[in-house]
Amino acid sequence: MYGFLIGVGVLLLLSIIWMVYRIQTLVTVVKGSDKKIASGSNKVNAMLFIVFLVGLGALMFWYSIKEFDNYQLPIASEHGIVTDQLFWITMAVTGVVFLITHVLLFVFPYKYQYSETRKASFYPDNNKLEIIWTIVPGIVLAGLVISGWMAWSDITAPAPEKAHVVEIMGYQFAWEVRYPGTDNVLGDYDYRLITASNSHGIDFTDKNSIDDFPSPVVVIPKGEPVLFKIRARDVLHSVFAPHMRLKMDAVPGMPTRFWFVPTKTTAEMRIELNNPDFNYEIACTEICGKGHFGMRKVIEVVEPEAYQKWIAEQQSFIKLNPALAEGLPADTKELAEIQLKEN
Amino acid sequence: MATATVANHDSASHDHHDHEHHDNFVTKYIFTQDHKMIGKQFLITGMFWALIGGFLSILFRLQLGFPEMDLSFLRPLLGGWIDEAGKLDPTFYLALVTMHGTIMVFFVLTAGLSGTFSNYLIPLQIGARDMASGFMNMLSYWFFFVSGVIMFISLFIKTGPAGGGWVVYPPLSALEQAIPGSGLGMTLWLVAMTFFIASSLLGGINYITTVINLRTKGMSFSRLPLTIWAFFLTAVIGLLSFPVLFAAALLLVFDRSFGTSFYLSDIYIGGEALPNTGGSPVLYQHLFWFFGHPEVYIVLLPALGITSEVIATNSRKPIFGYKAMIISMLGITILSFIVWAHHMFVSGMNPFLGSIFMFLTLIIAVPSAVKVFNYLTTLWRGNLIFTPAMLFSIGLVSFFISGGLTGIFLGNSAIDIQLHDTYFVVAHFHLVMGSASFFGLMAGVYHWFPKMFGRMMDAKLGYIHFWLTFTGVYLVFFPMHYIGIAGFPRRYYSWTNFEFANMYTDLNMFVSVAAIITFTAQFIFIFNFFYSMYRGRKATLNPWRSNTLEWTTPLHPGHGNWPGEIPTVYRWPYDYSKPGAEEDFIPQTVPLSATPESNLPHEQELVKLELEIMKEDEEVLVANESKH
Repeated sequence: MYGFLIGVGVLLLLSIIWMVYRIQTLVTVVKGSDKKIASGSNKVNAMLFIVFLVGLGALMFWYSIKEFDNYQLPIASEHGIVTDQLFWITMAVTGVVFLITHVLLFVFPYKYQYSETRKASFYPDNNKLEIIWTIVPGIVLAGLVISGWMAWSDITAPAPEKAHVVEIMGYQFAWEVRYPGTDNVLGDYDYRLITASNSHGIDFTDKNSIDDFPSPVVVIPKGEPVLFKIRARDVLHSVFAPHMRLKMDAVPGMPTRFWFVPTKTTAEMRIELNNPDFNYEIACTEICGKGHFGMRKVIEVVEPEAYQKWIAEQQSFIKLNPALAEGLPADTKELAEIQLKEN
Repeated sequence: MATATVANHDSASHDHHDHEHHDNFVTKYIFTQDHKMIGKQFLITGMFWALIGGFLSILFRLQLGFPEMDLSFLRPLLGGWIDEAGKLDPTFYLALVTMHGTIMVFFVLTAGLSGTFSNYLIPLQIGARDMASGFMNMLSYWFFFVSGVIMFISLFIKTGPAGGGWVVYPPLSALEQAIPGSGLGMTLWLVAMTFFIASSLLGGINYITTVINLRTKGMSFSRLPLTIWAFFLTAVIGLLSFPVLFAAALLLVFDRSFGTSFYLSDIYIGGEALPNTGGSPVLYQHLFWFFGHPEVYIVLLPALGITSEVIATNSRKPIFGYKAMIISMLGITILSFIVWAHHMFVSGMNPFLGSIFMFLTLIIAVPSAVKVFNYLTTLWRGNLIFTPAMLFSIGLVSFFISGGLTGIFLGNSAIDIQLHDTYFVVAHFHLVMGSASFFGLMAGVYHWFPKMFGRMMDAKLGYIHFWLTFTGVYLVFFPMHYIGIAGFPRRYYSWTNFEFANMYTDLNMFVSVAAIITFTAQFIFIFNFFYSMYRGRKATLNPWRSNTLEWTTPLHPGHGNWPGEIPTVYRWPYDYSKPGAEEDFIPQTVPLSATPESNLPHEQELVKLELEIMKEDEEVLVANESKH
């Protein structure tokens, strides 16, 4: 019944529109305005450009200002301050160009709308103008590129040696985290060693892997360089930590990396935002399948002392699952046993 | 030589005229070799695909704007992809996104735009009887048609169509275990794309050959309308880039079906370690984007060409900086091949490469800026007539500016770290590539409809269509910038899993509503198109009072375009509002010697030369006559 009524309503609406359309066509024919070069609609369209410019322009300014705190995520890394600054410089430059060109683009139609008494200027070219508007954007862009390039070089430079290493591995559909332990060196891995109990495929015959430990959250110290070693187990993923202004693809078969210096602890950010539930997060930004939208990992930024304390409390893979140490060669087995005995 | 070609074509055209009466339905409308009919075939097919592509986007916009909505009413259409609770399946969501992208980029904006107007306009505007090879041209359409049929079938198979994004990055697209769409759906995608590439190459070779060889007498490259320049350069780009896509796809086929490891390495999936080692997913990305970035310009350049023509005609002014326009298009053509890796700043490739590509990318902004300034100056002190085509052209320039400027953010690798694969990118390319090209397509249809069908489209409906679409597109894509700056990632089924993205439900709802309204508004156009085709007002021969050659043909040009001889061209196509001239336009076929009152000094010098050439032609003609 409901569907039927809607159907009748739609039909009625369509027939009214049809009537209006036919009548307006007939009226234009009677008035003879279809013979004219530009009918009265020309003026209306010219006006509408101005309405559009003012209306949508105002909407844009109003919303951009009102929502600023919502879309501008707080920054929590050193390089993030630089890239955000570049972002807003670029915004200022392009914003000016955007406004000027759009004012011209929409005012010209109003100002130069068709008039029978006027003739358009025959103005086919002006090389001086062309050169000016080739060179000026060239210079402006050069400025933007060079500042961007300097920032990019710094960000992608090799990590400082003392950087705290964290391995993040993406798989369908979660992240797993591995810490190198006290030696700050991650043990080797091989995807063929992956089993239910060794989801990272860690090669425990490598001595460096003996003290490696997992963690359900990414814990990192504030104010010290942190190096994310990123890899993927099955398909492409991408580590995205929006507050850190950090993004790097996780590629199966090709480890990638990104280093940065966090500037605010989770606790500090909670106070700053007045949100006791705030957490830094990692999301996946490379389409990876059904659960792409659910690959969440929490980053916890703590004071350096708290970080050291936390590290000391963690239990290695071996400790959590002594079975992993079985069948190791003698020398590594010894190390593994020392691990097991500690604490 | 030139005269000989013209003469040959004349005799050929007479044959054509004799044949025309024998044309049956199949040779006239289906397996036609007439470039005009092939152009229309591309257009109608493109419109069909645009509706499908647009409809798919409405489906996923429903999910994004109204995540709580009960979608059970879609079950008759989508069947099992709507679960018992009335929710859209997340895998199918990805398939929708993928198919929307594939359809819009390839079937609508490549075939529908370039296919339609290159075919329709090249012979008409350069003064040729038809394409260099009518048969290849016919094949080009039918390969596209087959491609479309295969892609269409893939929408309905049990495991769903390809779902790895329109870029189909491996390993996701290579492994059936990773996503069901990478099974049969992906196979069909690859087969369809192979046909599509073949179609594009057949078309492209034809366009290039025709433009180089079949221009009428006097139609030098410096007198070509900018549309033709744009189609020509587009075809060159396509010819150089589509084979690379084919190579990328072929290697993917090998990886999928024959156990090679071009893109696969170190993969543990579905509880087993795959034997592939040594491949690189990044290799695929390089190959794909070596095609993919030029593809952006394959889509955009024809639209810019159409805009140049429409804006000049309806401003009643020569296009400002004709040569600068050509130079910037040439610049874009060349640069488009050396900027591809800006899609890959955070793909894990060497950051040094990132620096190089950032420099190259921002260079390409310069010719684009020049084009915008030239459009603005063309409008300046014009005498503007707002036909629907003109409105869409102005809209295009607006999108080109808005979307182009955000490209400056994304081309900067340092800023791109944060923005990559967020909604900022979605906003950027939908404006600069999607909407701008779509508006170019619309401008073209409104402008050349009278030539195509001999009738006028209704202007008022065109105005309504324009204003709804123009406002609608901005209301859909402008808010996405905010969402993107806030860090919302692309291709997400929902954002509620994340605290940082657990907002803007209102804005997403707004975008979805705007998208639905904008999509619905397109039916005004569909109605206008088909109604006017049969019942529109009869068009005059040159309704926009334009200079180019296509308006010198009869109202319903037959196969061969001009009943008599092909007209000779004496001037460039932009002599609008020339001082001294009585009318505000002088068609290309009017000799300089006929317009002494409006000739510029350097043109006056050419008059003598022109008269000599005309005299020689006369003699050749007389000689030919006496031979008969």
